[in-house]
Amino acid sequence: MEKKPYRHIGVNRPRIDAREIVTGKAIFLDDFKMKEMLQAKVLRSPYPHAKITRIDISKAEVLPGIHAVLTHKNLPKDVQKWRLGNPPLIPVLTDTVHYVGDAVALVAADSVEIALEACDLIEVEYEQLEPVYYTQDAVKPDAVQIYPELPGNIVPEIEMVGEKMLTHLVRGDVDKALEEADYVEEGVYEYKKFASPMATEPPGVIMWMDKGIVKAYATTQAPEVYNMTLNMRTGMKVETKTFNVGGSFGNKSIMQTTSAYALALAVATGRPVKMYLTKSEQLLIHDMRIGCYMDCKIGLKDGIVTAVKGKWYLDAGALNDLGHVQIAVGMGEMQVALGKCKNWDMDAKVVVTNHVQTGSVRGFGGQEVKSTLMPLVMRAVAKANIDPVEFCINNFSETGDGWYWRDSQWYTAREQEYKHCMRSSAEKFGWSESWKGWNKPTRVEGNKVYGVGVSMHGNADVGEDNCEAYVRLESSGYVYLHNSIPEAGTGQRSNLRKYVAEVLDIEVEHVIVVEPSTENSPWDLGPAGSRSTLTTGHAVTVAAEDARKQLLEGAAKNIFHCPFEELETTDGMIYHRDNPENKVPWIAAFEHFGLTITGVGTYYSDYSKSNFGIYFSEVEVDLETGITKLVRVLVGSDVGQIIDPATLEMQVHGGFGAAAADSGLLEESVLDEYTGRLLTGNLIDYKWRTFDEFPPFDMVIEEGQPEISRFKAIGFGEISGAPGPASMMMAISNAIGKEFCEYPAHPRAILKALGKA
Amino acid sequence: METKFIALTVNGKKYEFLSGSDSIVGIVPWNETLSDTLRQRLDLTGSKEACGEGACGCCTVLVDNRAVSSCMTLTSDCNGKEIITIEGLEDPVTGELDPLQQAFIDYYAFQCGFCTPGIIMAAKGLLIKNPHPTEEEVKDALSGNQCRCISQYHVIDAVMHVSKQISI
Repeated sequence: MEKKPYRHIGVNRPRIDAREIVTGKAIFLDDFKMKEMLQAKVLRSPYPHAKITRIDISKAEVLPGIHAVLTHKNLPKDVQKWRLGNPPLIPVLTDTVHYVGDAVALVAADSVEIALEACDLIEVEYEQLEPVYYTQDAVKPDAVQIYPELPGNIVPEIEMVGEKMLTHLVRGDVDKALEEADYVEEGVYEYKKFASPMATEPPGVIMWMDKGIVKAYATTQAPEVYNMTLNMRTGMKVETKTFNVGGSFGNKSIMQTTSAYALALAVATGRPVKMYLTKSEQLLIHDMRIGCYMDCKIGLKDGIVTAVKGKWYLDAGALNDLGHVQIAVGMGEMQVALGKCKNWDMDAKVVVTNHVQTGSVRGFGGQEVKSTLMPLVMRAVAKANIDPVEFCINNFSETGDGWYWRDSQWYTAREQEYKHCMRSSAEKFGWSESWKGWNKPTRVEGNKVYGVGVSMHGNADVGEDNCEAYVRLESSGYVYLHNSIPEAGTGQRSNLRKYVAEVLDIEVEHVIVVEPSTENSPWDLGPAGSRSTLTTGHAVTVAAEDARKQLLEGAAKNIFHCPFEELETTDGMIYHRDNPENKVPWIAAFEHFGLTITGVGTYYSDYSKSNFGIYFSEVEVDLETGITKLVRVLVGSDVGQIIDPATLEMQVHGGFGAAAADSGLLEESVLDEYTGRLLTGNLIDYKWRTFDEFPPFDMVIEEGQPEISRFKAIGFGEISGAPGPASMMMAISNAIGKEFCEYPAHPRAILKALGKA
Repeated sequence: METKFIALTVNGKKYEFLSGSDSIVGIVPWNETLSDTLRQRLDLTGSKEACGEGACGCCTVLVDNRAVSSCMTLTSDCNGKEIITIEGLEDPVTGELDPLQQAFIDYYAFQCGFCTPGIIMAAKGLLIKNPHPTEEEVKDALSGNQCRCISQYHVIDAVMHVSKQISI
């Protein structure tokens, strides 16, 4: 279908908050103070697994400026009933600590300094218990039991938003398909270095009680998810507001322990309590990317994956948040990528270990799947000596294929056509010139070898979850968009007003997006899984269309005396389409002064369409040192209609951050197994890509016009880096001439693979 | 308690603080960072504090035209210095933005914007010292500034654009 010209859609528009951002006037959580606000700190466990045998808070309690010191012995009655984890089974504080950094005591004080001093004054004695750090050890029958509530260290399955999450995918006859396959490959692949998404703004909350309702300012990207999960754990009604959010990448959506601790102190003190993590806390105790261990067997026949059978363990660390949802989405994403495979038996479990807690992160299940399953798949593709780009083209799902999605329901794929984009991306990357065959370098220059790799990904969460929006027209010509999406860097608050301005044919400056607050707006899951372009965008579009219709009906009745369908509106003026010169302002359509018109828009979840991304990388490996560098990258996608070219481009670049693509080469939390401590608690020890290390970045963005909504936009940002790590493993394998898969690709791992270490 | 006065000029405005060895309300303790003085006492919250150890660059301000991490600078060491924060770049009378600020808007050189004030100030420090840097010099000068949303490609374009507009 032809691409339509639009006034705003597809055209760059400055962000609503652009001037505030560049002048330092934009407010983030830590820039804000409330009257009577207390500062909270946590006394944290130095041990990965231990019993608290004695705790004495008497010296801390009497320190001037201290307002509460909470331990498992004196939690307020209501707080004793709260449960953390998912399903929520774990008390907020107990006499046992489960990871280095687990909470021993919670302190609220007049200042951070006093709170820290109080932490120092708390006397604690521990009896150390044996820790377990790895899923394969944690699930053994004689393994240490971490929680009495989680027998076998397995987290029970959950239901969320009324859905049973898909954790066991069974389709067809997998054993028969394996027997009939041309190539069968089996292996264990791991992606479990607990990389930190590390948003530049640390996670933080300010919480207080207001007439029995929990009120929060939070650095969340998804206030409704924040409310929903905190309610699930505390039973309390929660309302949340956000300021500008300094990056999130899914990772500051929930903040389960930080929020529960701050709220416990707010309940205990009756005052607003702020808990704002230090960068060190963010890197040591905040939710990491979930660990992934996959033991799997796949069958390949005629170049198509026809069977997948395996076990998939997700290591939630010491506290599960959305592990089952990550599994459920990941199960779907396997089927999206291997769209021709009809035989599956993949069983997944969420396991707890004495490792830092994990949570939601950009890539959400899919990146973990792609980083483990795809290298195994590609081993078979290599045996069959098939070009991996051809493999992607022939295996990625198309219209008429389908998948079981997270809700265990079947969805037949629609408008799923990405072959053209794969081919043009390969061409622009120069794949045919660079690809010399499996485990063959592109070129060799002295000690430096170069190789190329490719991987792909797709996520049907672009249609995730229901949502609503209100669009309120004032007779003045200004329009209010009621939606609770915060600005966490995706530009979606600004982009959503483009939908409204496009429908009403007005300047974007005439659309006011209400402050992000769950009190002021209807339900919306928030920008996650690339969903808001399609889902929220649709709800907002329909709301604007509804408001427009009501406006024109008023004008038809009051002034034009014709069917309203014959009327148009542009820049706040209404006219008959056959007589554009005779126009009246919006106010003329309003019968009663001061009253407004509100349009309501709804989106109903639908997982029958996925987005798509293909990731090409070229690496340079130094055979002497084992150091690997990215030489260049190309990301390709067909995003449907582009909403805002600049923000889309930066979302594609964003695949380097958030412990996404760079978990292939750089990013990991390093665990000292002797102490159970992470050694990567600052920005020097935790490796991340700095300004001077970014490689040339190319992209192919196509704009197919799928019939999925009025503006035909699919949404892409979340997955932009997700296929990156697997692509880099292939590139390294080709560069060094043998299969390599270790995340991240340390020099020592490379040298080991080369037989040099 | 030993005390002394510290005089600072911040964004063209003169301030004088009593500084002392003890932490008493109303007195700037000798171990107070410039970041805390700017953010907590003067309410200049444009520069951010994220890592508190000089590694992320979010707190960058100019001290006598040099870009520094204000979280690693003691206020008591700034006596007699001129400090410019992100709030001081905009013309206070006309509201005209500094060319770097305008370029960051025009080149869409931010996403969440948390790191942006620090990046702009680091870039400002570079351009004062070296009005026409090469792209490599820009990357080098900004390598102490973190941006996890990954706006680096657009930031470099914005800074290079400004460097080409500057005439000496």
